[in-house]
Amino acid sequence: MSARVVIVGAGLHGCSAAVHLSAQGHRVTVIDKAYAGRHASGVNAGGVRRLGRHPAEIPLAMAAWERWQRMAEVVGDDCGFRPVGQIKVAESDADLEALTGRERQVRSLGFDHEYLITRDELCKRVPALSPHCPGGLACDGDGYANPYRTVTAWRRQAQRQGVSFHEGVTVTGLEAHGSGWQVQAGRHRFSADILINCAGAWAGTLCQWLGEPVPLVAEAPMLMITERLKPFLGPVIGATSRPLSFKQFENGTVLIGGGVRGEVDSRRQVAETCLGGLAENADTVVSLFPFMHEARIVRTWAGIEAVMPDQIPVLSRSSTSASVIHAFGFSAHGFQLSPISGEIVADLAMEREPAYPIKPFSITRFQGHRSSG
Amino acid sequence: MTTHDLVILGSGPAGMAAAATAVTHGIKPVVVDEQPAPGGQIYRSIESTPVKERRILGEDYWQGKALIDGLGDPRIDYRPGTTLWQLTRRLEVGLLRGEQASMIRARHVILAHGAMERPFPIPGWTLPGVMTAGSGQILLKSAGLAPSAPVVLAGCGPLLLLLAVQYLRAGIPIAALLDTTSTGHYRDALRLLPGALRSAGTLFKGVGLLAELRRAGVRHVRHVTALEAQGDERLERIRWQCGDGAEWHYLSTPLLLLHQGVVPNTQVTRALDCTHDWDERQLAWHPRTDPWLATDVEGVAVAGDAGGIVGAKASAIQGRLAGLGAAMALGRAGEEQTRKEVKRLRRDLARETAIRPFLDVLYRPAAHWRLPEDDTLVCRCEEVTAGELRRMADQGCRGPNQTKSFTRCGMGPCQGRMCGLTVSELLADANGQSVAETGYYRLRPPFKPITLGQLATAAEDASR
Amino acid sequence: MFKRLPLPDTSAQKSVMVYFDGQQVTARDGDTIAAALLAAGVEACRTTPVSGAPRGPYCMMGVCFECLVEVDGVPNVQGCQILVKDGMQIRSQHGARRLG
Repeated sequence: MSARVVIVGAGLHGCSAAVHLSAQGHRVTVIDKAYAGRHASGVNAGGVRRLGRHPAEIPLAMAAWERWQRMAEVVGDDCGFRPVGQIKVAESDADLEALTGRERQVRSLGFDHEYLITRDELCKRVPALSPHCPGGLACDGDGYANPYRTVTAWRRQAQRQGVSFHEGVTVTGLEAHGSGWQVQAGRHRFSADILINCAGAWAGTLCQWLGEPVPLVAEAPMLMITERLKPFLGPVIGATSRPLSFKQFENGTVLIGGGVRGEVDSRRQVAETCLGGLAENADTVVSLFPFMHEARIVRTWAGIEAVMPDQIPVLSRSSTSASVIHAFGFSAHGFQLSPISGEIVADLAMEREPAYPIKPFSITRFQGHRSSG
Repeated sequence: MTTHDLVILGSGPAGMAAAATAVTHGIKPVVVDEQPAPGGQIYRSIESTPVKERRILGEDYWQGKALIDGLGDPRIDYRPGTTLWQLTRRLEVGLLRGEQASMIRARHVILAHGAMERPFPIPGWTLPGVMTAGSGQILLKSAGLAPSAPVVLAGCGPLLLLLAVQYLRAGIPIAALLDTTSTGHYRDALRLLPGALRSAGTLFKGVGLLAELRRAGVRHVRHVTALEAQGDERLERIRWQCGDGAEWHYLSTPLLLLHQGVVPNTQVTRALDCTHDWDERQLAWHPRTDPWLATDVEGVAVAGDAGGIVGAKASAIQGRLAGLGAAMALGRAGEEQTRKEVKRLRRDLARETAIRPFLDVLYRPAAHWRLPEDDTLVCRCEEVTAGELRRMADQGCRGPNQTKSFTRCGMGPCQGRMCGLTVSELLADANGQSVAETGYYRLRPPFKPITLGQLATAAEDASR
Repeated sequence: MFKRLPLPDTSAQKSVMVYFDGQQVTARDGDTIAAALLAAGVEACRTTPVSGAPRGPYCMMGVCFECLVEVDGVPNVQGCQILVKDGMQIRSQHGARRLG
């Protein structure tokens, strides 16, 4: 039977869900208050990363990684995916100890995608790196992709499959209607058998209306990009005990990010960069790659992202309504998961048991949380 | 981080006038300018120009002397050679002098950073040897440099005519003046002539320039509808057409100077996220301002061409108004006390700007000069063509922030300054929507590229 | 492309020696780097990192970033914004920057 599905939020996860649900013959409508990929989905660092994932996310990240290998078949574009590998470098012996523990933990969970590399091996793979780093944790096959191109590829594939997008439309109210919903969005009204909440930093409002408030915080991870530089770096580099994501694209520009936060101006719905955090990030970069002191920053920016207190998403059925599915709160590392999140949402929406362990992502873990207003 | 009552960006007519006014109300302003000397582009190098023979650059230029003298007031902290790389909505000001980055805080800010020349994307406009009329004039004023061979000037607008006349007076031959003013615009502008007569002085000066060109026998080709710069590695020749399907004319020249008007430089007001409106008459974005020239960002005003093209004299008047506005905002002047002066300034401003509608209509660049053909480069830095942008529109990109990710258009070192207007207009056209709906690049600091090292220095400064 | 106007006062201006790609260039005190290069007959001061196309100064007012050159070892300096100094070493830039 074909269901009417309304997805709130045209980010990566909303668009991926739209692709998977429409492929199964459902009539899907996606609503976004701005446009597809306006916030975190379109302006994140683009890391395709299994390395360092929360244990609960590893099975999903492994499955998503397989799908990244054939993105062109799924969405008609490889999304700029480059499997250059990722390495988390140790800056000290204490860091190296932490990485050793991490390797052990991953193996005990039955995975072997993350492995320690020695100082020499690190030096061989990243000759530009400062020699004080005693080793690293590597994950071959990880890499990066182009975020806005990715969200656009999902959106276009969804559109090819008949999904209708309503951009610049803000949801203003929900009304239960039989077993489904009436979604009010200004003067627009949409009828849904199934409602999917992929509203990112704005997902909390829907949860509140549904009577299941969540402790979601809107944060603004910052990024900065340099002028084009001659190639000096292959893999994506992360740090162990400070936030860093550092990569050089084929065009020579270097993207610096990894978690330092700017400010969210909720009235204007924009993220502002903050000098202090950017400088902290710059400091990390310069200590690992001293010559970067002279690299020129052309642009800084921040995107608004939903962060949960336990740093893992909500990916589950609603606890208050059988016809609502949540997929939000990816806590600044949801980019890589988009190929699998949509599949899981489609399974949940159609009352199939997902093939992956998603219990840790249940919204019920926040039961008892009271909305702060 | 030190705090200053008033920071003024730019030492052109608006910035200098604002500083002088502020001083009379007991404010000690900081005036920041990227150029090594005051005057903005209009009064550039007055104190040092080797072109001392007054009639070459003309009396309008030398009138700037009084304002520049005013900037010498010891109560003004004038900082030349200083780049603004950051301005936050909390009025934290990031400066770069030489290689040294610093941060100061302002209680009030007047943005008077002026205009830039409208992009003129024709085939071959990136070849060495193709420059702007503004650059020709800057070289003349600041270094006494003039074309070494007969030069071709192309486009439209008062600056183009003025430069032609300045070259003639300096004895520099002009190979051709290719006029792109649209035929119908003479008629349309004529209707606005009665209003323009209120600024009769400016009007007659323009008529005088045209007469001077005619007397000198300059080859003035009117109604040019297509123009290309050609050459291998550098400009060798140009070709043009007067009318669709008309024959192509060729001319060998080492130097082509282009100009089709000036537009506000909105880089800073955009980065502050001031509200901007699309002005269909001036074909440009304007930061929205109130009668005191205040933007919708608390404590930030815009004076002069940075807020909409008004010309040098009106810019100075706006500078005075903004200076008074700052004095009132800082509690240094009351409404009562300034009422008379404000009334006079507003009257003068109305008179000086009365000619604008006439000029805007007459010199409005036709659509094909703003929406180039598919093969023409739009983004000079990242070498993105108009065709690529149109393809992006076909793929569903509604605005410039979307095309950016795919094409890197606007992401090179000029940070979108040279392509921004063209991209907005092209996408609007391709998507069948208005320019206002299409919007503009979301801009973020740094306003000019700074190194990671400078960023760290600035942050230390800010935390002190 | 450009020449100095034979003006009565110009001879009074001090000469400044700079180097462009190792070649000595005589400039005038008060010239910007870009003006000095144009006066010396330099047309292109860099090639682009995208296609390698030659570029020279375009706007002369700090907007276009076409006149980027390396000055005394500091790359990507806007030549139209910086005044010449005696002994300044100016170098053309080719493609993307190399660091370190």
